[in-house]
Amino acid sequence: MRGLLQGRMGTAAGFTLGAVLLLGVAPAVLPAFNLALLGKFLCFAIVAVGIGLAWGRGGMLTLGQGVFFGLGAYIMAMHMKLADASLFGGSGVPDFMSLYGSGVVPGWWEPFRSPAVTLLAVVLIPGLVALVLGLAVFKRRVKGAYFAILSQALAAAFAVFLVGQQATTGGSNGLSGFRSFFGFDLKDPNNKVMLYMIAATVLLLSLALARQLMHSRLGELLVAVRDQEERVRFLGYDPATIKTVIYVVAAVLAGIAGALFVPLVGIISPADVGVIPSIAFLIGVAIGGRATLLGPVLGAVGVAVAQAGLSSTFPSFWVYFQGLLFVLVIGFMPGGLASLPALVGRRRRTRSAASSPAAPARPAPVATSPDAEEKATVPEEARR
Amino acid sequence: MELLIGQMFAGLSLGSVLLLAALGLSLTFGQMGVINMAHGEVMMAGAYTAFVVQRAISDAGISLLVSIPAGFLVGGVLGLVLEAVLLRRMYHRPLDTLLVTFGVALILQQAARDIFGAPSVDVRAPDWLQGNIELLGAPIPLTRLFILGLSLVCLAGLVLLLKATPLGRRIRAVVLNRDLAETIGVSTRRSDQLTFFIGSGLAGVAGVAVTLIGSTSPYLGTNYIVDAFLVVVAGGIGQIKGAVIAAFSLGVLQSVFEYSTTASIGKVLILIVIVVFLQLRPQGIFSLKTRSLA
Amino acid sequence: MSTPILLPDGEPRAGGLRHGRPKYLEVRNLSVSFDGFLAVDNVSLDVIQGDLRFLIGPNGAGKTTVIDAITGLVPATGSVNHTGTEILGRKVHQTARLGVGRTFQTASVFENLSVLQNLDIAAGSGRGPLRLLRRRKTVDAAVEEALEIIGLEGAAAKKAGILAHGQKQWLEIGMLLVQNSDILLLDEPIAGMSQDERLETGELLRRIAASRITLVIEHDMDFVREFATSVTVLAAGKVLSEGSVAQVQADQKVQDVYLGSSGVEATDA
Repeated sequence: MRGLLQGRMGTAAGFTLGAVLLLGVAPAVLPAFNLALLGKFLCFAIVAVGIGLAWGRGGMLTLGQGVFFGLGAYIMAMHMKLADASLFGGSGVPDFMSLYGSGVVPGWWEPFRSPAVTLLAVVLIPGLVALVLGLAVFKRRVKGAYFAILSQALAAAFAVFLVGQQATTGGSNGLSGFRSFFGFDLKDPNNKVMLYMIAATVLLLSLALARQLMHSRLGELLVAVRDQEERVRFLGYDPATIKTVIYVVAAVLAGIAGALFVPLVGIISPADVGVIPSIAFLIGVAIGGRATLLGPVLGAVGVAVAQAGLSSTFPSFWVYFQGLLFVLVIGFMPGGLASLPALVGRRRRTRSAASSPAAPARPAPVATSPDAEEKATVPEEARR
Repeated sequence: MELLIGQMFAGLSLGSVLLLAALGLSLTFGQMGVINMAHGEVMMAGAYTAFVVQRAISDAGISLLVSIPAGFLVGGVLGLVLEAVLLRRMYHRPLDTLLVTFGVALILQQAARDIFGAPSVDVRAPDWLQGNIELLGAPIPLTRLFILGLSLVCLAGLVLLLKATPLGRRIRAVVLNRDLAETIGVSTRRSDQLTFFIGSGLAGVAGVAVTLIGSTSPYLGTNYIVDAFLVVVAGGIGQIKGAVIAAFSLGVLQSVFEYSTTASIGKVLILIVIVVFLQLRPQGIFSLKTRSLA
Repeated sequence: MSTPILLPDGEPRAGGLRHGRPKYLEVRNLSVSFDGFLAVDNVSLDVIQGDLRFLIGPNGAGKTTVIDAITGLVPATGSVNHTGTEILGRKVHQTARLGVGRTFQTASVFENLSVLQNLDIAAGSGRGPLRLLRRRKTVDAAVEEALEIIGLEGAAAKKAGILAHGQKQWLEIGMLLVQNSDILLLDEPIAGMSQDERLETGELLRRIAASRITLVIEHDMDFVREFATSVTVLAAGKVLSEGSVAQVQADQKVQDVYLGSSGVEATDA
């Protein structure tokens, strides 16, 4: 895998292979139900790409990606509810509003009648929220654990807020029962395949974006900021700007993923965006290898597949398993599966010169590692 | 007016629960750089301890008095185990401890669901805590008064321990400068374990306390952990004085916001207040001043 | 190698350049207080471009704090003027952009990045967003020159984390060079180096200082005697003495302060 993905030709080849698998093979092989399920997993993978950038490369432990995912999802859901109401009800008022509320569409829903506004908002609103929050937090050098806790509190507040607004957000039931997606009938199997194809394409594009960012000068700078934020300042850079840019990118990716999630899955509720789902986004990233390009994607899909397989048959077991994953992977293999080759390699004392610059997996600090390397793997923030 | 006083008091008792929960978080974070997401589940364990004790001793009064030390012990031992098995190898990776302990939290929650069932259970308050007293015309529930008193007693005990005993001095030395404390012969292992024991024990007591004002469910920890963390952040990590001020301010603010708006908007307002506050004091109310490069 | 950009020929001299309009660092009444403790107490000093100034003094004299204050790391009162521009009271990165560079007591480089990446980042604070978003394809001429100066051409692709201690310090000096600062503040650049490395570093410092404003904190008096063109002595946060090495060594106040302190023999000769 690694050798394949080296160099420019290798990248092109890998990208093409991914495209063929996702866009060609999967739709041809998988039954409709499984394809939709895979589409849902790909949405999580898009979120994971953003988390890999922000957390793996930038050291920003964002425990609130559910917020941005939710913003994108709810914006899309609002549009679809309004469109359905106009198409099928004629009244233009979504069903649940007449049920729980006054039957009047609140003013802040109205802009989302427009498909163009909706598509823009899916990108801009999560981006803007992340921008404001990022500047407020990073400019004041709130970082490390403080940032993690704030982002988590944001997720908690967002979920509580949604639950509290029964009449306008559907409360804890969320929004569901969509029938059309920009005029396409959601019952039509062809349209379902189309939705999947969109999700797969967006994932491929976000991977391309993440790769470009990782390999750009900004990406190198981001690692520098992760490891020694203070040092970067003395070179004339403002780390807050760099971190905010990446945080916004991660938020936008999560927002887009949320917007795709709604038509694919058919429901969005506070249970998909709160504290627990927000942290759950992280486990796949950690398993795959947080600082690598493909690790987060493969990890996220892998965890989602396992969850789909296990949680319906053994719900209790799945939770234990998920808990154990966090404990074992983060505690004992912080570099994720991507660090396995490096670990094994070191055990065998076959230190081949430089590992692929395309995937500098952060080796897990093992007991035998020399001091210098041990230090090199621990971000500065973590050391204090 | 009476309503406002009632709300203020509700805020103070919420604040005292948050304080009990936050003290342990703040201590372990300050001393070891461990962010314990399972701290809420330690609280939950304390609450279920009260439930179990009451099933064994039917008299609500005696069971409460037994539950408090029992909750402390259960919480403390849980913390000790967590420290010994997992966290001591991760002292220099605070962000990772957050995720690892989240995993532990998931496991403990599910265990509670499997043992006690998902629906919430109730613990009866003793007769002598039923009813209200009048304060400036406002009825103050005795349970809330009891919780306030309990947390103040715990706080006093902790402060006494930290300031007046050699053990406390060692703990404070480790908080200030771990490496230096080690080089002058402080056994950081011992004081780490002790801090964890005490901090988690206080969370256990907090769990017992909340059974007096609400029912106990596997989600109890989740409900309090985020707020307890906000107390730590606003108060300044490792700062007891800061935690006290932050806990009571947050409790009162939350009650007042919820009273004047709705519960959900209140939560959002609290978060905004904290983010704005951190603009003014990014390190919290109090912060350690050390002369380090970064 | 094409025409050198980083290191034009020349030698530093006491009092700095005597021709043209040299740049200067003018510190006036600089004070830093930590909770009421005056770590730096009313310090004034001038360094002219072309001078190689050493800042010496016993432990706790406030040497590093002076540099921290100049670079904006700790809040300070007074004035720090860089050739007509007030630089005190700005944020660290803004101060850096005004041409102030520094190194640290413990070499701090980006250990997970390669030597080349380290230098490239140091050279690039002026890059616009579009250049930042693109991949690094060519090596800046200054970076190439710096690699040669610090003798790490062969290690350009190595991770900085696996360099030897002395190499890390050299890399940091290289970063300082490509940063293209007018004012260079070096905090114990030779700590932990072998004798040969020290000599090489000293020679390098002299070449660097010939065209820049250079202030070096150092404890090793042999090193100071060999390479300094001028010296400022700091004690208990105050400037105790200033002048050539011989002058400060002859100063009775300096001898008093150093009396009994090991490692620094201010009275030999």
